[in-house]
Amino acid sequence: MNTTNTTVQTQEPSSRRLVMSMAIAGFISGMIIIAIYMLTFDTIKENKARELRLAVFKVLPHVSHMQKLHFKDNKLVVVKADGMDDEMIFAGYDKDKKFIGYAIQGKAPGFQDTVHVLYGYLSSNSNITGMEILDSRETPGLGDKIFKDMDFVGEFINLPMHKDIKAVKKGTKTHENEIDAITGATISSKVVVKIINQAFKKWSPRLAEQGNEPALELYEAKVNKESQ
Amino acid sequence: MKNHQLKKEDPHLLLQSAPLLRQELTTPAAMKDVWIALLPATAASLWFFGLSALLIILTSIAGAILTEWVFTDKEKRRFAISDTSAGLTGLLIALTLPPGLPLWMAFLGGCVSIGLGKVVWGGLGSNIFNPALLGRAFLLGTFPIAMTTWGAAGGPGEFFQIHSSNLALPFMQSQVDAMSAATPLGLMKFEQQGTALWPLFTGNTAGSIGETSALFLLLGGIYLLLRRGIDWRIPAAIFLTAALFSFIMFLTDGDKYPSPLFTLFSGGLLLGAFFMATDPVTSPLTPRGCWIFGIGIGFLVVLIRLFGGLPEGMLYAILLMNAATPLIDRYTQPKIFGRQG
Amino acid sequence: MATDVSAYEEMIKGLWRDNPVFVQVLGMCPMLAVTNSAINAVVMGLATFFVLVTSSFLVSSFKQWIPKQVRISLYVIIIATFVTVVDYSILAMLPAIHKELGAFIPLIVANCMILGRQEAFASKHNVKYAVMDAVGMSGGFMIALLALGSVREILGVGALFGVDLFGANFEPWVIMILPPGGFLTLGLLLLFFNWFTERRRQFLIKVADADRMLAVEKVSTEGVKDNG
Repeated sequence: MNTTNTTVQTQEPSSRRLVMSMAIAGFISGMIIIAIYMLTFDTIKENKARELRLAVFKVLPHVSHMQKLHFKDNKLVVVKADGMDDEMIFAGYDKDKKFIGYAIQGKAPGFQDTVHVLYGYLSSNSNITGMEILDSRETPGLGDKIFKDMDFVGEFINLPMHKDIKAVKKGTKTHENEIDAITGATISSKVVVKIINQAFKKWSPRLAEQGNEPALELYEAKVNKESQ
Repeated sequence: MKNHQLKKEDPHLLLQSAPLLRQELTTPAAMKDVWIALLPATAASLWFFGLSALLIILTSIAGAILTEWVFTDKEKRRFAISDTSAGLTGLLIALTLPPGLPLWMAFLGGCVSIGLGKVVWGGLGSNIFNPALLGRAFLLGTFPIAMTTWGAAGGPGEFFQIHSSNLALPFMQSQVDAMSAATPLGLMKFEQQGTALWPLFTGNTAGSIGETSALFLLLGGIYLLLRRGIDWRIPAAIFLTAALFSFIMFLTDGDKYPSPLFTLFSGGLLLGAFFMATDPVTSPLTPRGCWIFGIGIGFLVVLIRLFGGLPEGMLYAILLMNAATPLIDRYTQPKIFGRQG
Repeated sequence: MATDVSAYEEMIKGLWRDNPVFVQVLGMCPMLAVTNSAINAVVMGLATFFVLVTSSFLVSSFKQWIPKQVRISLYVIIIATFVTVVDYSILAMLPAIHKELGAFIPLIVANCMILGRQEAFASKHNVKYAVMDAVGMSGGFMIALLALGSVREILGVGALFGVDLFGANFEPWVIMILPPGGFLTLGLLLLFFNWFTERRRQFLIKVADADRMLAVEKVSTEGVKDNG
């Protein structure tokens, strides 16, 4: 018994060797990770920016330029930031760099996870021009109809926003501020409506007066091949 | 099948000596009682929902028997089919389906009930969950919209009017928009609208084909109780608990919560309490276990109906308590005399 | 051990006889989580393939230098490095798919099939066998993923690789793309696999018996060997 123990003892490598091998492996692995991070960083950033840009151009028709606005110290300032936070919206401009409307985002917990919505808004006639789901994990086949069901998405095109919109059971829509909810996905439909109402309440006092919108400064233009 | 009659006896007096077969209770005989007990409710379903109900019942029975036939060993086939338990499961799941359901879904429901609910566990007597309810749970998860589109009760005048959605091609949706009516429970949950007790009692409401008529379900249930086909403790415990719980909630807010009678007569509570919760294979063996089982179902069903996302909770209440049955059995085993527990 | 089997056989065994999913029942987390469409299954399979082959290669190459006491941590470092590489690569190249697979790519680290192959095979065999084994195992994993993903996509969406199979009126089996569908389909596939292997075994026994009857007439002692 004792002899086997001692033989094991002698075979045991020193703890320095153990630490060294771990350290070397960790170092090499760190280098590889840094390399791949740097290699892919630009593409990933570009992907994310393009996705957002596409969404903005989709919810605001006839827009060819956009810039990011940040609500800070009670006013909207033009920013060029990579990330996006809850205090940011987008302003869209046409070919002649004339202001058209805002793309406003909002989020709230959906049926499963946070639903992130972007909608276009024309302050000139208080119309919602379109709605796009940026992120959601709603049930596939049911809740995901909030962005797959074109009838539902289409209801947010040119939707007058004079008062809060309301989701009602499909087919029972009677007022122009009502939205036909999706059969089988009432909760998800109501969440979208709720997000837009909340964001509307939050942002309408913050938007600039008509004719006073910030001029185009730091903009991103619509690239033609993205326009499909 | 576990010999169901044994549990009627005093658990402290476990005398099981020589002639063990004290009465001629065989599986086919027990099944026959259930068939007879289901007759009134089935007839009522034909009265209210016409030919659609008949077609759904026939296809789901066909699906169940066919599955049993396919998956049973050749030697046991004749015996397995002739005890009519597969057909009974088919009938039971059919009674929980909406009248406008496409027939291929009813067929699939029958197949799944037997296939996933019974055969994979090892056949009759080995399953943990009630096969019919398992089939219904599968259909509800698979076709949530079709399974919650209810046609209004028609009555005898419209006997030959088949719901057009019944005839959808296999794997396809029905082309025509189904005529939908809200069930009493749906009305209660989403519109805070009550339904008069008399139609609830007779069954002239929208709902699954076999669950609407409280009267005829009660008739069948009483017949089974008289024949001692089921343990009276389980339905009794369900009714008492559900009534008590919903009465307490009714007292706190009469506008928001339904009355106890509404709770008892609406949805699948009666059908489930008499015909599904009492399934001897998936319910506890001991009298004390039966009480616990029934109380659990009664409590869960009201809890799901009032606070859950679904209008009806009988399905999941029974399935959950089915899952708890082995545990209940374990803890309510009578102690063997003279042995330290 | 590996002397009497060819490298080719090491590869083949992972595909069917020792299939990591159907026989060893390993790697269930990605198996159930990402197989709601065939394309997700393929990407997951490729990611696992890359990670397993490269890790097996490295572990087998450096097996003399890896101290026994810290081997598991070193395996995890190696695996995690390659998982990160895969994660960033997919994010850069296939952002849409990354959105769906998202959380499950980092979880490849915890796929016990990969760690298991390092511990059970790569650390004991030379590079050639280790790589062949890794190819076979990840191939078997991919077959299983694809089988599950195809069944679930066909029934749950009515499409395969995004191509519509049944037309617009198909009634989707919602449960199939939800988690319960994963469990159901996997269970049924396992059932089928076991039924098939059992039938094959019975058949082989029958053949072996027949052979033995013939052999018995010649040499009575040799017949038993045929039974394998």
